[in-house]
Order: sequence, then C-alpha cells, then structure tokens
Amino acid sequence: MGLIKNLMLAAFAALALGAAQAAEPLKIGLVLTLSGPFAAYGKQVEHGIRLFLAKNGDTIAGRKVELVIKDDAPGTAGDVSKRLAQELVVKDNVDILAGFMLTPSAFAVAPVATEAKKPMIVMNAATSAITTKSNYIVRTSMTLPQITAPLATWAAKNGIKRVYTIVADYGPGHDAEGQFKKTFAAAGGEIVGEVRIPVARPDFAPYLQKVKDTKPDAVFIFVPAGEAGVAFMKGFQEKGLAQAGIKVIATGDLLDEDIIDSIGDSALGVISSFHYSEAHKSAENQAFTAAYAKAYPKDRPNFMAAAGFDGMHLIAEVLKKTGGSADADKFAEAAKGMKWESPRGPISIDPATRDIIQTVYIRKVTRVGGKLQNVEFDHLDNFKDPGKQ
Amino acid sequence: MTIVFDGLASGMLLFLISVGLSVTLGLMNFVNLAHGAFAMLGGYACVVFLSRFGLPFLLAAPLAAVVAAIAGVVLERTLYRRLYASSHLDQVLFSIGLIFMAISSAHYLFGAQQQPIFLPDFLRGQINLPGLDIGIYRLFLIAVGLSLAYGLQWMVSKTSFGAKLRAAVDNPRAARGLGINVDRIFTLTFALGSALAGLGGALGIEMLGLDPAFPVKYIVYFLIVVAVGGSGNIKGSLMASLMLGLFDVIGKYYLPQVGAFVIYAVMVVMLILKPQGLFGRMAAK
Amino acid sequence: MAKISIDLSPLQKASAWKPAEVVFWLLPVIAFFLFPKSLALLSQIAITALFALSLDLILGYAGIISLGHAAFFGLGAYAAGLLAKYGWGDPLLGLAGAAVLATAAGFISSFLVLRGSDLTRLMVTLGVSMMLYEAANKATDFTGGVDGLQGVEMKPLLGEFTFDLYGKTAYWYSLIVLFLMFWLARRLVQSPFGHSLRGIKQNVKRMPAIGTPVHGRLVAVYTIGAGYAGVAGALLTQTTQFVSLDVMSFSRSAELLLILVLGGTGSLYGALIGTAVFMAAQHYLSGINPQYWQFWLGAALVLIVLFARDGIMGFLNRLPALAAKKRGD
Repeated sequence: MGLIKNLMLAAFAALALGAAQAAEPLKIGLVLTLSGPFAAYGKQVEHGIRLFLAKNGDTIAGRKVELVIKDDAPGTAGDVSKRLAQELVVKDNVDILAGFMLTPSAFAVAPVATEAKKPMIVMNAATSAITTKSNYIVRTSMTLPQITAPLATWAAKNGIKRVYTIVADYGPGHDAEGQFKKTFAAAGGEIVGEVRIPVARPDFAPYLQKVKDTKPDAVFIFVPAGEAGVAFMKGFQEKGLAQAGIKVIATGDLLDEDIIDSIGDSALGVISSFHYSEAHKSAENQAFTAAYAKAYPKDRPNFMAAAGFDGMHLIAEVLKKTGGSADADKFAEAAKGMKWESPRGPISIDPATRDIIQTVYIRKVTRVGGKLQNVEFDHLDNFKDPGKQ
Repeated sequence: MTIVFDGLASGMLLFLISVGLSVTLGLMNFVNLAHGAFAMLGGYACVVFLSRFGLPFLLAAPLAAVVAAIAGVVLERTLYRRLYASSHLDQVLFSIGLIFMAISSAHYLFGAQQQPIFLPDFLRGQINLPGLDIGIYRLFLIAVGLSLAYGLQWMVSKTSFGAKLRAAVDNPRAARGLGINVDRIFTLTFALGSALAGLGGALGIEMLGLDPAFPVKYIVYFLIVVAVGGSGNIKGSLMASLMLGLFDVIGKYYLPQVGAFVIYAVMVVMLILKPQGLFGRMAAK
Repeated sequence: MAKISIDLSPLQKASAWKPAEVVFWLLPVIAFFLFPKSLALLSQIAITALFALSLDLILGYAGIISLGHAAFFGLGAYAAGLLAKYGWGDPLLGLAGAAVLATAAGFISSFLVLRGSDLTRLMVTLGVSMMLYEAANKATDFTGGVDGLQGVEMKPLLGEFTFDLYGKTAYWYSLIVLFLMFWLARRLVQSPFGHSLRGIKQNVKRMPAIGTPVHGRLVAVYTIGAGYAGVAGALLTQTTQFVSLDVMSFSRSAELLLILVLGGTGSLYGALIGTAVFMAAQHYLSGINPQYWQFWLGAALVLIVLFARDGIMGFLNRLPALAAKKRGD
C-alpha cells in the first residue's frame, strides 16, 4: 500500500515537474579551497551556502539546486583554479560559477566566465579590481579598501593622531597600507612609521620593539588571517605595548571568529573595522548564528560563511527575477541594484560596478557570555568600495 | 640588546623544532621529512592535554613528547625500518606520503583552524631591565633548549648508548657482530627523535601557531637548520639555529625590506663556504 | 690476447624507436578523442610532464638533486607572461624568451649549486628558489605579487589558432612542444654526452680518468634542465593566460620531485608516466573527496614506496622478468 502510494506521488511529482518550464536542475559550480593552508576559508563559505539551502529549500525558481564542488588547493595557484573552472563549464555544464577564496583564483577564472558567458559570484576574494575583470562577476564578500578606509576615518576622528603601520609584505598588504595612509592623511592624521614585514614565519618581536621605541598612538596592522595575527597579538601583549599606551587597530579579518579564540585574551580591547560580526544584533543574524551553531557545533560563523550565505541568497533572488534563467547577461543585469537584509546588516549590489555596498562597523573585542566577540559600536552606512573611485 | 636576546630566543626555537630531525637524519641517516608531522602530533597532544584534561603546561609538554615518541615507535616498528636500506629518494617519497596523511588526519580531527594555547601566568609577560626587555617565555625556551642540547650531546658522546648508536649507524654489521642489538638501538633513537619533535611542536605553538598545514609550513626551516649545522651534530644544530635566529631577527629589525631573504641568504652563503655544514660529522651519502 | 673490438650496435639499437614508444605517443592523441571535455587537465599534465622531464635530466641522468627547480619554471612563466603583457603576445616568441632567460639563469646558478653533497645541493637550490619567490612576491608592481600577473594577452598560435575555452589549442600546443622537447632529450641522453652523465652519476671519481670534464658536463646538463623548466613554465602561462606566484613556490618543487621519484628517475618515460599517474590520481581523488583527498594520496605514496620501490618505471621494467618467472614455475 505504502509503496503504491509513494509510486503515485512520484509520478505526480514527475508530471508536475514536466509541466514546469525550468525543470532542469540548477547546477552551481563551486571553486573552493578545501585543503591546504587555506582550508578554513572554503569550509566557512561552504557552510554558509549549505545553511542557506537548508533554510530556504534547495529549489530555486522551480529548479533543483545541484552543487558541484571542486577543491582548488592551494588556492593561490591561478592555473589550478582556472583548470577547474574550465572543467566545471565544459564537462559538468554548470550554470553558475561561484566561490573563489583568494584573489589569484578569481583573477584567473574571470576570463572563463566572460568566454563561457556564465555568472560568476565571488564569495571571498577581496582585491578591489576583481569585479572589473569580467562583466559577469558579482561580489558578495567585501573589498580590502572598503573595510580599511572606515578605520582610518574613525581613528582620526577619535583622538588617534599618530599611527605606525605594520603590513605583511605582499599584494593585499600593500593595498591595505596604501588605503589606510591615504584616508588617514586626508583626515588629518600622521603616519609616524611604516614597515612591511615578510609573510613567512613572522616573529613580531623586532618590529614591536621598533614600534615601542617610536611611541605612536596606535599601530595599524594587516597580516594574512591565521597564525600571523595570533603571533602579532601575543607579541603585542608580551612586549607590554598596551601598558605603554599604544592601541591596536586592524581590519576585522585579523580577529575573525575562526581565529579569535586562538588569540585569546590578548585580543581584548582591540578595535577593528569590518562588515560582519557574530555578535551583530539583528533578527537575521540571530537566525543565522543559531542555525550555524546547530549545523556546525564545532565551528563559529565568520564573514566568509556570511558571504557564502549571501551569495546563495543573491543567486536565489536573481533567478526569481529572471524566471529561472541563469543567462549571464540577464543575471548580471538583474543583480545590479539588488538590496536585501543580510546577517551582517543591509547590503546591496552597486549597479555600476556589480560590487557590494554594505555597512562597515567599528568594533571592539569584548567577552560576551564567555566568548570573545567583536562588539559593534560605530558604523558607516552603505559604504562603497573606495578602491574603484 | 633586546634584539639580540630576541634573536637568540628565535634561534633557540628553531633548534627546538629541528633537533629531532638532526637526530633521525643525522644520526640514523634517514631523510625523515615527516619530522614536522611528529611535531604537529606533539602540538595537538599538548593542546588536548591542556584544554580537555586541564593539565598544567609544564606537564602537558613532556606528555606531548611521550605521545610523539609512542607514535614514533609504532611507525618505526611497522614502516620506517623497512626503508633503512632504501635510497634517500625513496625515504623522501615515503615521508611525504606520511605528511599528507598526517595533514588530512589533523584536518579531519581538529578542523582547519588555528589551535588556541594559553600559557600559565608565570611564563607570560616580560622582565624589564634598563635597555633590555626579557620575554619570560623566550627565556624559558632558551633554558629548555640549552639543557636539551647539553643533555643530548652528553648522551651521544659520553654514554654507552651513544657509543652503541654511533657504532650501529656507522657499521651496522660490525655492530651486530659485537653483540649490539642494532634494531633496538634504532627503535630507541627513532623514538628519541620523535619525542624531540613532539616537544618542539608543543613548545613552538605559542610562537608558530598550530594548524594542519604545520608540517609543510615549517619544513624548510627544519631542513635549513640541519643542513647548516651539519647532519648528525647536536652542537652544530645549536650553533646554526642560534646564528640563523640572530641574523634573521637583526636583519628584520634593521632592514625589513630584505628581511625575508636573510635566512635563505645566510644559509646559501654558509653552505657555499662550508658545504659539509658547520660541524659536519659525516658527508650525507 | 684476444682482439678487442667495440661493438656499437647495442647503442644504436637502443636509440631506435621501439614499437612500445610509438604506442605510448599515440595515447595522448587517443586521449584527445576519448576525453574531449578534460583537455584543460590533459594539457596541464603535458606541461607538468615537460617540467618533470627537465628535473629528470639533471636528477635522473646526472644525479644532481634539486629542491628548487620551480625557480626556473617560474622564471619562464613570468618571462612569457611579461612579454605577452607588454605586447609581444606571440606564443612561440614567448617560449623562446622564456627558454633564453631560464637557460641563462640555470647557467649562472649552476656554479652555486654544483658544490657539496646531496643535502647541500638540496638546500642551496631550495634557498636560491625561495629568494626568487620572495623577490617576485615583493615586486608587486612588476609581477602582481601574490595576486598574480594579469593582462597576459596571448595572440593566436601561428596567427591561426586562438586559445579556446575547451582547451583544444592549449592541448595540441602543449603536447607538440612536449613531444619535440622529449625527442631532443631522448637524443641527448643517448648521445655520448648522455652516457658520460650516467657515468658521472655512477662514479664521479672515475670519469675524469677516462677524460670526461665532469664539472663542465654537469654545468651543461643543469643549464639545459633549467631551459626545459623555463619552457614548461612559459607553456603554463600561455595556456592559462595568468601567472600566479605559486609557480615559484616550494610546494611546486617538492611536488615535482615527488612525481619524478614516483615515476622512476633516470628514464625519460618515468617522468611522463609519473606525471600522468600523479595528476590523474590527484584530480580523481580531490573530485570525490575535496577535503581529505590528500590522505589517500599519501597512503598511495607510502604503499608505492613499500611495494614498488623503484617507481612505476621500475615496476614496469620488472614485469617481463616476473612474468617469465611465473611461466618458469
């Protein structure tokens, strides 16, 4: 009896699907870094994507979503990412390309999106110029200048006049340094010292010693998220710079939820600017963090998970608008100007650049309910990427 | 002055994380690139002892070394010993295979994120003297490093175990003929190398971090120390580590623009001047 | 006293193309038709195979162990990329430029590298390549640093074939370059020069006694190997139209060594087969288990070392003997 009933249900379902126009599954090719040193990035984005699908069902505009996931480890090799994207298009026939943890991966794949006419959703890579590399790129994460400039503005306004900058000596570090100096100088601040430090095995003791001798009001730090940030914060404490009256200001990736626990109490009081915090107060975020904690009890949601979540949100909304079509031109057109309430707060897609416009928050590390959190206390609304102006 | 102290401490850290490799590669002539995997095991063991079982740090670190030593014995008995007679390239291939497996296992068990470690209060902070700031943990590292170096050197050159070991490595057949249990000596030595790796891993987390990519991230530094120090020489490794640490930190302080090059440049120059290492005991075969 | 005569016919026979080799080179042609949708992977296999070949020349034939071979690969990649970026986008010109640069770099660095024991060589090559990596990382204005070099615009190959999404042009281009370079390498190792290299590898001390200039020969082969690696790097740049800093990384050098040992050193086909097996396995495993595929790769390596000690080529070479033994029983 049960069997027959099931069979009939299946038959009905098949009929109903056959009747609908967009019965074809929606294949999304995800290029994520899931192993190697950047494995945590891919994991977070994947979590965000899966949470969205779990919450809103895995059918978008009548099309069932199929994820095709590729690991582009090490994530810094454009040739690997490009090969995988080519394969997703040619072999797996995906409708949409998404993911892209690091800049080289996004840069290398951009021509594939253009040539294959596939929408490309960038869910993490943060170099400003990425969205200019193909007309089909839409970004749901952030850009580095976008999160750096507000910090400089805030610092200049709040009694920090002399800043020492420490950045890792690589592309993103140079970008962050440039943006911070530009905005800070424009706001009347003074850079009293700057140093670019090697990326590999940073021992911050020598630089922190130099900072201590210079006695600035604050140190601006930008290093790749991970052990470098941890080492910096620990060194900062060990050298007793806080007691010498020197503050730390940083972009929020230094203190994201994935690593803040390994920094520990040394992080308390650090001020950063960023677009997402687990402690953001809104109904959307509460739902998001609760769902996250339930699905992935071992991890904490961070900005990458939010970007993955929002990336799927964007895909879903756009496809509703286009009636299920993932045609690249239609997709990019429909995505322009789209606005919604994300777990991070209100966000929208800039119609001119297809890049994200979002509120950037100034936060301070505080212990909330036994957990270290970045608690937001100031914000800059609807902030566009200054890197493209 | 503080810079010199920091340089010495940084060098001592290099020594601590690579001395185990100096034992396996140098004394046993086995190219164990998976050295970093044992260090990582020690690191994770230390974190687990600290956070899950709440053991004090000074107990957790030696226990981590024990865990790594046990793993070393098991692997030596089952796998490593089959490869003592193989070519160095085979050993490289084999130990890289082990690294891959270790990385994936750590990723699976602990996740990809950095592991937190919190030192007891008495190891934190610094002592401020006029013109000299001494980080207490750095001082601790220097003390541990020096005593280890002294102890190992004494063991290899003065004890009968050390004599047997040297005999077993130089000529296993003759050693057997003298009634030395070569297999046992090798197992013990391998366990020692693994234990040192584990201890280095546990002590290094504070400054190097700990995530599944650890064995690959620092492999270059292990190799640099062993190559510059001359394989199989504890004193050489110590001197090499201290020198590299000093040059590295001083270079980074005064010339940050070229900071990244210093350690490699020092190594290349050293090896060109002294191709057998600072105190090469034997040429690598 | 018996009359001494030197019979050269075994050498001549060895240099003739065997049927198995012809079959081997037909495989990639067949692969083109069998896997028309995986050409991107297949071309990167061909490119990595050329890279492995370059290491095989210096390691397998001359016994110079290197852990920094990616330096030359990277130099070639950046040379081709920068040439294309600044308007010289002709692929063959790029190859030539990359080859010249990498060869020159190989020649200069050979004097640094050819000293000391294996471990010393390993570390000096590593050190030199890491310094190049850091230099490329710092020079963001010139190389794009870790973000990668953009604006690499390739002209159609021979003015005729554009690099397409399906990777057809890329595949045939890489394959033909690989074949030509292989053919050259094959002639090289079977020439008296190649034999003297093997002699050096087997017994360094005896070779000068029969009049071989050991150091000169090693410099020559190291230089040639560097040039080969440069061409491979240029191919990667041209077929992906992008250069990432990763081309110079330690992991690329280490992986290459792995591939070569896996395939079997000292036989040109070992380099090719090792690459194909390694990359296919990597691709397949990472496809079915994106997060933990490295575990299975590692397990495979351990098993291979334990049970097939001289690499895949060694195993293949032993096959006839094994079969004969079985028949004998």
